[in-house]
Parts: sequence; C-alpha cells; structure tokens
Amino acid sequence: MTEKAAAARVKDLRKTYGTGGAEVVALGGVTVDFALGEFTAVMGPSGSGKSTLMHCAAALDAADSGEVWLGDTELGSLSDKELTKLRRDRIGFVFQAFNLVPTLTAEENITLPLAIAGRKPEAEWFDTVVSAVGLKDRLGHNPTQLSGGQQQRVAVARALTSRPDVVFADEPTGNLDSASGAEVLRLLRRSADEFGQTVVMVTHDPVAAAYCDRVVFLADGVVVEELRDPDRDTVLEAMARLGREG
Amino acid sequence: MRKATWRSLLARKARLLLSTFAIVLGVAFVAGSLIFTGTLERSFTAIFSATVGDVVVSPEGGVGADGSPTAQTLDASLVDELAAVDGAAGAEGHVDAVGVFVVDQDGKAIGGFGPPGFGSNYTPGPAADGQVGFDLVEGRAPEGPDELALDTRAAEVGGYEIGDEVPVVTASPRTPRFTATLVGLMGFPDGGSTNGATIVVLDTPTAQDVFLDGEDAFNTIWVTRADGVSQAELADAVREVLPADVVARTGEVAADEDASDLLTAISFITTFLLVFAGIALLVGSFLIVNTFSMLVAQRARELALLRALGASRGQVTRSVLTEAAILGFVGSSVGLALGFGLALALRALFAQFGLDLSGQPLVFSASTVIAAYAVGLLVTLVAAYLPARRAGRTAPVTVMREGVGGGEGGLGRRAAVGVTMTVLGIASLLVGLIFDVPGLIWWIAVGALLALLGVAAASPVLGRPVLALSGALSTRLFGATGRLAAQNAQRNPRRTAATASALMIGLTLVTTLSIAGASAKGSVDQVIEQSFAGDAVISNIANQPFSPEIARQARGLDEVGSVTALQFVLAREGESRVGVVASDVEGLADAVSLQIVEGSVDDLGEGDMLIAEDQAADDGVGIGDELTYETPAGDRSWRIVGIFERNPIVSFPRIVSLETLEAGGWQRTDNLLVIFRAPDARQAALIAALRDVVRDQPTVTVKDQAGFAEEQRGPIDQLLLLVYALLGLALVIAALGVVNTLALAVVERTREVGLLRAVGLSRRQLRGMVALESMAIALLGAVLGVALGLLFGVALMRSLRDQGLEVVAVPVGQLVLFVVVALVVGLAASVLPARRAARMDVLEAIGTS
Repeated sequence: MTEKAAAARVKDLRKTYGTGGAEVVALGGVTVDFALGEFTAVMGPSGSGKSTLMHCAAALDAADSGEVWLGDTELGSLSDKELTKLRRDRIGFVFQAFNLVPTLTAEENITLPLAIAGRKPEAEWFDTVVSAVGLKDRLGHNPTQLSGGQQQRVAVARALTSRPDVVFADEPTGNLDSASGAEVLRLLRRSADEFGQTVVMVTHDPVAAAYCDRVVFLADGVVVEELRDPDRDTVLEAMARLGREG
Repeated sequence: MRKATWRSLLARKARLLLSTFAIVLGVAFVAGSLIFTGTLERSFTAIFSATVGDVVVSPEGGVGADGSPTAQTLDASLVDELAAVDGAAGAEGHVDAVGVFVVDQDGKAIGGFGPPGFGSNYTPGPAADGQVGFDLVEGRAPEGPDELALDTRAAEVGGYEIGDEVPVVTASPRTPRFTATLVGLMGFPDGGSTNGATIVVLDTPTAQDVFLDGEDAFNTIWVTRADGVSQAELADAVREVLPADVVARTGEVAADEDASDLLTAISFITTFLLVFAGIALLVGSFLIVNTFSMLVAQRARELALLRALGASRGQVTRSVLTEAAILGFVGSSVGLALGFGLALALRALFAQFGLDLSGQPLVFSASTVIAAYAVGLLVTLVAAYLPARRAGRTAPVTVMREGVGGGEGGLGRRAAVGVTMTVLGIASLLVGLIFDVPGLIWWIAVGALLALLGVAAASPVLGRPVLALSGALSTRLFGATGRLAAQNAQRNPRRTAATASALMIGLTLVTTLSIAGASAKGSVDQVIEQSFAGDAVISNIANQPFSPEIARQARGLDEVGSVTALQFVLAREGESRVGVVASDVEGLADAVSLQIVEGSVDDLGEGDMLIAEDQAADDGVGIGDELTYETPAGDRSWRIVGIFERNPIVSFPRIVSLETLEAGGWQRTDNLLVIFRAPDARQAALIAALRDVVRDQPTVTVKDQAGFAEEQRGPIDQLLLLVYALLGLALVIAALGVVNTLALAVVERTREVGLLRAVGLSRRQLRGMVALESMAIALLGAVLGVALGLLFGVALMRSLRDQGLEVVAVPVGQLVLFVVVALVVGLAASVLPARRAARMDVLEAIGTS
C-alpha cells in the first residue's frame, strides 16, 4: 500500500526509561507509517513499547531520538505550546477510561476541543458524527447518566468532531463488555470507511484487532511483524508465534 | 491507631500548615495583645508607684474626675503641720499641672497630640517606701524664675541640652507661655520611663506662680513615714490633723487608683487587639472545618479500611480529633512566638504615637501562655469536631467502592436550618429597629450573629444564583475555559460555600464598619453645617484646655465682633462621671445654634443649669428640678432652667454658666472659642488676626468651618484605617482557605486535568480556568459579605439615630472596591494551585487512578 500517503509516520524512534541497571528500553528504533484513511492496530505483550509508541506519535510524550511526523510537520522541533495546539487541532484521543469531563454534558464534551480553541462546530459535520455514534437523544446528559459504552462513543465523537489528521485510541474497549466494545469498534471502522479518518489503536484484544486494516506487532521496543486485513485467527496465530519467540 | 494519626498528619503537611496559619494568626493576636497590655500595665504601675509618697494628702475631689488637678489646693502651712505628725519623717508640697508642653526648636509642642504634658515643682524628697522616684539624673535642680528641668526624653526629643533656652506653653490663665534655661535633666534613676509623657519642673515658688497663679499652696502633699511606721499607720495619724474636705490616701492606694484610671482610659488598645484576634479565630475556624471536612472526605476509603479492620467509630473520631489537637498545639506555639513579635511591633508602633515603652521589657506572664494554648486548642478542636464525627460514621463498606468517596449529602436540611436562622436573625434586627424594645443593642447584636451564621450555613444554596451569574459571565468572557471554571466552582457547593464563608465574614464586618464610618462622617458634616454658626473657632489640637488669656486677647481685636468661650469639665454623679459644659451665657445660643425646647438660656444664672432633652428624659427631670453633682468644691445642686436639643458642638448634655463652674471649684481654662467677626471685618483678616494671637501657642489652632469639619472627621478616618487593616487580615486568612480548597481540587481532578491537556487545553488556559474558579469563590464571599454588611451597617446606623448620628451613608465606591479587592485576592490565591495544575505531566495525570 505504498501508494497511499502517510497521515503519520515515526522514524527510528528510540526511548529509554531509567538509568544504569534499571534501564528499560521502551522503544529500540521503531519505524512505522500510518497510512491516510487506514485503521491500524498496534499490538504486543505488556512492556513491548506499544503505549509509548502511541504516546510519542500523539504528541503526549517525547522520544529520546528519532522523528515523528504528522503530515508535513515534524514534532521534535515544536514547543510545548505548539504541541498543545497540534493536539487540539490535528489529533483526536480516545482513552481506556475516564474519557469525559464529568461536569460537562455529552454535547459539551464532544465540542470541547473546538470550544477550547474558541471555534464553533460545523453544524452539518457535527450532525453527521452524532448520528454516526447514535447519541442524538443523549446529548444533554451528563457522563454519569451514560453507560460505559455510551461514554466511550461520546469520546469517539469528540475525537472525530475536529476532523483531526489522526485519531489515537488507547485500549478503547478495555473497560467495556463485549457488546459495548463491538459498538465502539464498529464506530471506529465506519469512521475510517465513511469519513476517511486515519485511526491508530493500541490493543491487546485479537477481536478488536480484527476490525482493523492492518496490525503492527511490537516486542521489546521494535516492530516484529505486520498483518494486512487480519481476522481473529490470523492475529491469534501471530501472537502465538511471537509468544514462542519471546 | 496513634501511628496512623501521625502518618496521616505528616502526609498532609502543606495543607495542614495552611489551615494552621489561621490559628497562628488568631493566637498571635491574642498573645500579642496580652503581652503588650501586660507590659503597658506594668510600666504604668511602675510609674505610678514611683510617683506617690507614703501618704498622699489632697483636697477632696482635688484630683478632677478626669484625673487632672483642679483649682482646689492645700494651704502651704499644712506641709509643716503634717511633717510634725507622729510617725512622719517629713512632708513635701507638690504642684501638679496638666497641659504644659515643651515647644521644640521648630515651634511645635512635643507630644502635644497624644501623651500628656505635665508641669510640677522640684521636690528632693523620696517617693513611697524610700524609692528615689522621679529625680535628677543630670545637672542640678532649677532655682528661680528663669530656670527649669525637663524629663530626659522631652529634652532629647526637643533637641535641648543643659544651658539651652526652652520655651514652654501652659494652660494657666496668667502665664500661657514662658521661657527658661534648662539646668537639669530628670528621670527615674531606679529604672522606668515616663512612657512618653513630658514633664516640666520648676522650683516651688516659680511653679506656684506659673501653675497656681501665685497662690502659696499645693495640689498634693506627700508625707514620708519614719522607720518602723507603716503607710496605713501614718495615714491614720495624718487623718487626725487634716482639716475638713482634705483626704489622705496611702501611697499604695493612691498608685492603684491613679493607675487604674489611666489603664481604663487606654483599655481600648486591648479591646482593639482582641477584636482582631476574634476575627482571625472566627474566620480561622471556618478554614479548619473546611480543611478537616475535605481531608475526611478525601480519606473516606482509608478511614473505611480502618473501620473494616476493626477500629470503632470512637477510635476514628478520636484519631481525627487527635490530629486537630496536634495541629492546634503547633499553631498555638507558633502563634505565641509570633505574638511576642507582634508585641514588639506594637511597642514600636505606639512609640510613634508618643507612648514610649522602650524602657520597659516585655511582660511574658504564665496566663498569656495558658490563654494562647487554650484559645488555639479549643478553636481547633471545636472546629474539627463535626468533620471528626462524620469520619467516625464512615461505613466500612466504603473501602470496596470505586471512585473518590465522601459524596455530598443533601443540602436541604442544612439550607432549611440556615435560612431559618437567617430569617430569625433579620427578624430580630427588625424588632430592634422598629420597636422601642429594651436592650435594643442586644436585639441587633444577636440578630446580626444569627443572620451571619445562618447565611454561612445556607450559603451552599444561597450562593447558587451568585455562582450561576458569575458562571454565565465567565463563560461569556472566557468561553470554554470560563464555562469549565464555573462548573468546577459549582461542583462541591458545600466546599465552595465554606471557603467563601471565611471571606464573607471578613467582608461583612468591613462593610458594616465602612458604612458606620461614612455615616459618621456624613453626620459630622451635617452637624457642623447646621450648628457651626461662627466665623472661626479656636481649639486645642489634643483637646487639652488652653489659657483664657487667648479669649481675652481675641476680644480686644478690631476684626472680632464677639467671642463665646466654652469649657468642658467632668463632675461626678455617684460613681459615674458626667460631662458639663460651661459657657458665656450671652451669645451662647447663637454661637452653637442652640435649640431651646423649654425655658430660656437667658435665665441661666449662677447655680442654674440647662439640660439636654434626652438626658432630662433619662433622668426623669424637668424645669425647676434640682440635680446634685460632686464638684471639686464639694456637692453642688443646680436648678434646671432650660431644656435644649442635644447639640453636637456642646457635646455634653449639661450647660452651666462660667460663674457656676468657678463656684464649683474648677480652674478656668478654655476648650473652645466660637468667634464672630466684626460687621466690617473680612474673613481672611479675622483668621489672620486670630492666628497672630495664638502664634506662640503651638497646641492651639484657629479654624474656619471647613477646617473644623476636617478636624472632627480625623478620628473617623482613623476608624477607616482600622477597617482597612481588618480587611487585610480577613483577606489574608480567606485567601489561605481558597488556596487550600483549590489545591485539593486540583489534586482530586488530576485525571480530568490530564484529559483536558490531552485534548488541547493549553497551560495558560488551564491556569486561567483555576484562576476563574478561584475568583468565582471570592466573588461569592464578597457578594454575600457586602450584602450582609449592608444590612448590618444600615441597621447599626439606624439604631444609633437617637445619638445624633442621623445620616446613613453607603460608600458605594468603597464597597465596589472591596469586591474588586476580593477578586484580586481570589486571583492571587489561585497562582500556586494553578501552577501546580499546569505543571502536571499529561500522561501521568491521565494514568493516575
């Protein structure tokens, strides 16, 4: 799929935690492209560096060396202020838990990044997103009045509203039952298919990975395998292979 | 359990220190005021015990009700008679005068605005119990009419050395001013100081000439005891030979009486400091309730774990109370130390006003220490009791629950109680205002307290509209940041309200006082406009009497049409002192715009009096009745010939003629001259001519209406300074509460802060959000405080309407300023918590569970 332009790209990314004997290599030179409009899963055992990779790619954390590109922008040269603005305008987030501001209604949570930027949401796009997540009649509710799955769909809607370059999702189904999880995953799938949204998701669930166009496997801080158009079985096979090697 | 208590204390050092600060301040004010008052008392007691003889003989009533000498004197021949009494080693006559001031080299009277100036004769003999007393420390005793001695401080402040010519002004009719050569410096060789008072010492004949108009007499006679005779025995012996109307007191009694009179006069200092202490502690107790409530809520799971592990309710409650006790102890200790510093600062401050205590080491008594710890511990424990009880009620099952425990219960009951209290309080205020109930001030005081506590209790509910309004405003002005801040402020209504309550109390008080101040100023202006009829007045800056010679000279001026002299004196009526004004009868009614209700001024002859309408009503007397007062010359009965409407310039409710005054044995001096200009004289020429008359009397000034009004407003401006000091104190403590609340909120909302930062809230916006929340809290406190203060202030002023304060003025500009200052303080209080929030690492914040 080299003909597709990359929405985000990391090149030879390295990051180490701690020093001396306690040194832990989180990323040992990772190079990976996330193609425009593609839904990519990043998988790997605990400590493989998958979360660190996502945090660095999403401008939440800085690597020790290497490059992170979002479209034409290299993140390494940006100041904290510019990174904040970049997160606000060009990146969407879905976290595993605690995704919403409890004092705001669903609608206010969805438009929060725009409100922070002092912009108004485009009415048409907002309607599209809201109907896609199926929460039209829940917009006035507070997060505490929503189920976990509904809360996570609000979070996805928030990530989509600002039409970011990339949506990063960190274990978005980790805290959900399988039915609610499936709804969220279908939603992410649709946003890639219908809206051409680039989505990068960290997960350890083979079922979740099966919704993706591509799975990137990490182990000990390096990319060890890639799958195209995965299904549950191929992901499980790959995981088993990696487990033996590890 | 004890270990758990300690750990929990240490783990929350910063937060606890903040709430301790309020205790520290409160205790510091308590300790500082006690130390300072103790020092003051000891120094004055020292002065008075060194300035009495073994037995002090004086004419009955010879010391005026205001402590000053009177025209009643003792014949000089009595000295020899007393020296010959059995058991007496000797006797010495003393001349004492007040209103005697040394003029410094710039022509200003030393200490003329505060500490008293005394004049006396030189007496080489000892004070009580063989003490050296006030004596020469340098040079020699004055001899003859051209020499004088001064106390060392007066000489030092005036810049005079032995051999210099020293000008002195007095209140004596015959000698208002004289100049003499300084030949000696005096002080207390045994230690101690005059506390800032100045003393001019002349030889006996000169002192009699200057201060007693040349009479060969004394104000007091000190009799010294022989060896083996006690003060009491000598006093008894002395009494046997004394003529009627002359009394003898032992030195001990005389010193006690003189000191207690003076200490009563300066007791306002203690009251003033204790008011500060009370406010600090009241506001501080809100802070403590709040801090402990938050800590208990935050630790719900921890406390539940203790309960689950078998700790009883009582144990948990006691554990929280133990924390409070340790906190109270630490706070009291620091407060005590700070109080010592405060006392030092007060000593320096009062030295500026002329009360020089530098010669007196600070008195640090056991009762001060006990009071400091008692107050600090008690307030902390009482304030922590409710949260501690709530802690004890934590259900063990809470340990299993997810999320932050300690949710807020319903506000209904609390609001109901608060609103009921507020309504009762306001009702009590209204009863006090509308009906003429007995104990009016109590109705108002109790009503105010009830309303204050009621509003504090109901503030989570009462504050809603204020928070909603400020929320709408900040959303409009600051968009998403403003909206987030507003919603954060409304999240824990109880916590927000309790934090704001601390500010509310301070602002209520300050607003009340500033309304009182503005109203009093307005009343003064109104009164002066209505009753100041003359073209000029002459008065003494320190309200000391001045020589009638000035009136005589003024009458001789071409520019002057008429002069009305007023003298203010105190007589005794039973145990209490009553004010009497003596005046020229002719012209009095015009000079002070006296409104006669009944009778006539013209009838005012010797032995007659006019009485104010309200006083007549209080005493239940009318025209023709006689009232008996104790004057320096003994009991005198005065017949009421007229009733006047209470007059602000004649500030006392009784008027007699100058002849009546002299018959009562008071020495003639003047306190106020009201002057009308001659028909063809110009105002400027009048003022200039009068200024010329008082030129060599630096304590006496000439003023027109505007100048007089300004002078009368002076004390009110000082009250307003006090108001600002109170405001500052209340704001500092309240700001600490805000810091505390916000710091906790930031910690509690760590993950939320992380999320907001992740989705693009900049550090700056985040700081803005915390600042706006802080300002919303401050605004709530300010609005509630100003509203209550308005209510109280207007109520207070209306309750004082009968006492001549008719104007109720609301200083709107000042009140707006208070709110603005509160907002600025809110902004300042947010700085640290906001910085802490902005510095959080986004990933860590989100990861915090």
